[in-house]
Amino acid sequence: MATAMSPVAERENYLNQEYGVRSWLLTTDHKRIALLYLASITFFFFVGGLFALLIRLELLTPAGDLVQADTYNKLFTMHGQIMVFFFLVPSIPAVLGNFLVPLMIGARDLAFPRINLLSWYLYIIGGILMMHAVLTGGVDTGWTFYTPFSTAFSNTKVIEAGLAIFVVGFSSILTGLNFVVTIHRMRAPGMTWWRLPLFIWSMYATSIIFLLGTPVLAITLTLVIFERAFHLGIFDPTRGGDPLLFQHLFWFYSHPAVYIMILPSMGIVSEIVPCFSRKRIFGYSFVAMASIGIAVLGFLVWAHHMFVAGMSIYAALIFSFLSYLVAVPSAIKVFNWTATLYKGSITFSTPLLYAFGFIGLFTMGGLTGLFLAALGVDVHVTDTYFVIAHFHYIMVGGAVMGYLGGMHFWWPKISGRMYPESLGKLAALIVFIGFNLTFFPQFILGYLGMPRRYWQYPPEFQVLNVLSTAGSTILAVGYVLPMIYFLWSMRYGKHAEPNPWGAAGLEWMTPSPPPTSNFEETPQVTWEAYDYGNIDLPKEVPVER
Amino acid sequence: MFDNFPLWPARASTTAGNVDALYIFLVVLSAFMSVAIFVMILAFAARYRRRPGHAAEQIEGSTILEITWSVIPFGVFVVIFVWGAVIFFQERTPPRGATEIYVVAKQWMWKLEHEEGHREINELHVPVGRDVKMILTSQDVIHSFYVPAFRIKQDVVPGRYTTAWFRPTRPGTYHLFCAEYCGTQHSGMIGQVVVMEPSQYEAWLSGGGATGSLASTGQSLFQQFACSTCHRLDAQGSGPNLTGRFGKPVLLEDGRTVIEDENYIRESILNPSAKIVAGFKPIMPPFQGMVTEEQLNALVAYIKSLSENPSGPAGSPTMLPAGTQPQSTKGAMKWLPQ
Amino acid sequence: MSDSPVIVESHNPAQQHHFADMEQQRQAASLGMWLFLATEVMFFGGMFCAYLIYRYWYYPEFAAGSQTLDIRLGAINTGVLICSSLTVALSVRAAQFGKRKLLVTLLVATILLGLVFLGIKGVEWASKFEEHHVPGPSFHFEPTAHSHPNTKIDPRRIQIFFSLYFAMTGIHALHMVIGVGLFAVLTFYAWKGRYNSAYYTPIENAGLYWHFVDIIWIYLFPLLYLIDRKK
Repeated sequence: MATAMSPVAERENYLNQEYGVRSWLLTTDHKRIALLYLASITFFFFVGGLFALLIRLELLTPAGDLVQADTYNKLFTMHGQIMVFFFLVPSIPAVLGNFLVPLMIGARDLAFPRINLLSWYLYIIGGILMMHAVLTGGVDTGWTFYTPFSTAFSNTKVIEAGLAIFVVGFSSILTGLNFVVTIHRMRAPGMTWWRLPLFIWSMYATSIIFLLGTPVLAITLTLVIFERAFHLGIFDPTRGGDPLLFQHLFWFYSHPAVYIMILPSMGIVSEIVPCFSRKRIFGYSFVAMASIGIAVLGFLVWAHHMFVAGMSIYAALIFSFLSYLVAVPSAIKVFNWTATLYKGSITFSTPLLYAFGFIGLFTMGGLTGLFLAALGVDVHVTDTYFVIAHFHYIMVGGAVMGYLGGMHFWWPKISGRMYPESLGKLAALIVFIGFNLTFFPQFILGYLGMPRRYWQYPPEFQVLNVLSTAGSTILAVGYVLPMIYFLWSMRYGKHAEPNPWGAAGLEWMTPSPPPTSNFEETPQVTWEAYDYGNIDLPKEVPVER
Repeated sequence: MFDNFPLWPARASTTAGNVDALYIFLVVLSAFMSVAIFVMILAFAARYRRRPGHAAEQIEGSTILEITWSVIPFGVFVVIFVWGAVIFFQERTPPRGATEIYVVAKQWMWKLEHEEGHREINELHVPVGRDVKMILTSQDVIHSFYVPAFRIKQDVVPGRYTTAWFRPTRPGTYHLFCAEYCGTQHSGMIGQVVVMEPSQYEAWLSGGGATGSLASTGQSLFQQFACSTCHRLDAQGSGPNLTGRFGKPVLLEDGRTVIEDENYIRESILNPSAKIVAGFKPIMPPFQGMVTEEQLNALVAYIKSLSENPSGPAGSPTMLPAGTQPQSTKGAMKWLPQ
Repeated sequence: MSDSPVIVESHNPAQQHHFADMEQQRQAASLGMWLFLATEVMFFGGMFCAYLIYRYWYYPEFAAGSQTLDIRLGAINTGVLICSSLTVALSVRAAQFGKRKLLVTLLVATILLGLVFLGIKGVEWASKFEEHHVPGPSFHFEPTAHSHPNTKIDPRRIQIFFSLYFAMTGIHALHMVIGVGLFAVLTFYAWKGRYNSAYYTPIENAGLYWHFVDIIWIYLFPLLYLIDRKK
């Protein structure tokens, strides 16, 4: 076990090992690359969030009176593209995954550190292309790029945005490749598959989707770009093509993509809940297999986005049924997390509050997925605010809360500092309240018939829209707070112990922050995961003074 | 319900009540499950909060529980699936004898044409209690025909026909929205469906504005484009006799069998060599680029009118040799692109 | 805790320090390349999917379009690529046996064969441009004597064939260019003596990539060139 009580920042760690811009921009240390990603995705989160605020401001009134219609169409398009491709898809894997995967399995680094750095540069290149598209006119196709509008009618920067997403997709393919090889080949002695932390299982499942799904998006975007640039007609009916072919190809990636966005968060919750209940996760192997199950089944349900697109009834039936099948492993996880609390010894820390928020809001979001999978109901609610509410419950109420919970949980390890706990809890509460106020009214709006992507709307929808906008301002505060106090803590926060939470896992057996090589000696693992009953851990979470 | 805080739109079609029933069931189920999870988490968190002398009990898991809470939810899901599928089948199966409305969507308006020839823009007048089937196509990008009060929605795709149907049950004026993003004025592509009492509807119909029924327009076009040169209605010409064939299977040159429906007629006008009827030569010229969507609608309506009234007895001669079994069409032929 | 299994003394200069030993590094690199090839299958798969669907719908047009492709050049190119896969396989073997000169020769031969392929492809594309078979405003298709006399070719549908032809062969050619570049780098390092029986993983993995691009062509050739060529 690594020695714990080192005095303040004298000890060499990955942060102070070398200084200077070049040491960061040319690093191959997975931990530094994780921080490079942290800065980049946080930037894009706030850009996407700004667009969201503008959208909500416009929707305060039924008339289109804040921005022009074309501008509004660009706002929701770029909000979606930036949030999906530049924040949600990379966030947890590229930040927490990069940082933790080698640590959790007892390795020195990922299998391909230089490819890891390349991944980040590809992200940056894609990001620059995207920002350029945003700043020189924007895109107005919707993040879904449906043809023939995107190929033959839109006058905006479709090619550039498509290229940006292609490049950033390549970044995530390489990250997935790195993770799979690392997990297969670089586990420390004794770290068998069934001893892996569930976060690793979820990273593995996510990486499978990265590898097999993203290339299909890449070729789809390529064909769209070719069509626009070279007047091909693959998706254009006036030139012999089929618009529905685009939809099938697009959703073949974009549905598994939503599992990319949620599986890592689920993995985080599986780490937080046992730690703050001081007991093993309930049903470890079921949770692990559920992750794999979600990844596999997630590839089989894409056309549930197309029930009213003009598909045959029989295709719709099949995809509806499979969509119900994929809901089962998610339900299993929710029950297992809840059961983990039973007869535990629970400490209400900020990470646990975020985990609770995740479980509750993901449950609600997932249940509304049942509505959408029901063919008869979907006809009414698809393409309305009901869908918007559904996916925001999962992606914001779920994925983002999981991400924030994970950032708080591992912040001591990453930065060597503690964040202020009471502010942490306050921010979590603000996020929870703001989130529900923003998005719950949208379920009702959707069932009442308000379609998506509407710049102006009939007056009877106004009250619910006002509620939603009010909520979004509260939510924004909840997101800004952690930014501020995390930055504050890097200078003024209390120095962190190697294991401030008394958590199980190899990452906690190395100093906070870790040395560049992660471990003084390669760990030899002889215990099971989440061994809270047996290993030499405090029975209670050490309380912050 | 809840006039000041409605939770659902007016119910104005036969489908609406069915959809709402499943929706309410799902709401109750979701509320129950959400509350159950919330309560359990909070209860466990409170009951098992950290207290001195109370260590956590290390519980591995329980395979029985795992199976139970996999199988029971899945069972519930199957029920929901079947219920939703049944409603969907009804929604997607227009009844015979439905009044037909041809809809052409374009950026950013709805053009609707009644069988009798009435044309409307962004408005659709229909009588209470009559089945209405819409045959929809787009002139440019994908749109979606959405009437919340009827709980129906159907994407309108360029290059082909899609269909939707409803039977209104309550007089009133209801929103018509475009529900598939289509560009600048997507949110301005709003109209209304006006459901009237049958007598009022008749009055509206006879109030002028008709330019002749759609089918009679189609008949003029049939002459104008010289279709009747080859497609004689009294005997066999160089092209197949078109009477009495609508909705029936037809054998093609290459051995396939397809159903002669709206999409087949449309394709055969635009690109005749795609599906040649068995026994005929591919000599029909393509009309791609020479007919507008509205003209196509009229021609389709006319050719359909040459068949027996769908609610009347069948009995027109088919083109299949006796004893031929149609191959399985898998419903696929209907939606081939043009 | 027992002693770390990391071997400190006499490790291969090619071993990267985050690996425990060369074997782990080799296995990691190999698994990485196989996974990358899986992503390439999915990438090309999207186009093959589009191809299959449109061929099923537009068979006469696909047949007519296919018959305008030069089957001799296509066959020659197929032979060229198969030969290049042979030189690749032999180069792996040469590396295994530490035969530096042979290795360099075979790598150069591979590059040359790759360039021949690209050259022939360029010739084919040029003739397509001349015949106005490139989709777009200048597209013009004359049904040749080879197409079925009874078949009317829809000019829009046949453009789909050519769109897919250019997209698929174009992206394949791009992968060839990348492959040639990869092998150029390998040739340089091979000439410098970096590869030997203890370390030839890059040759092996680049070889895998080359074989994969070759296999894609083996599918492309019959699918694009050999539709309805009974006569």
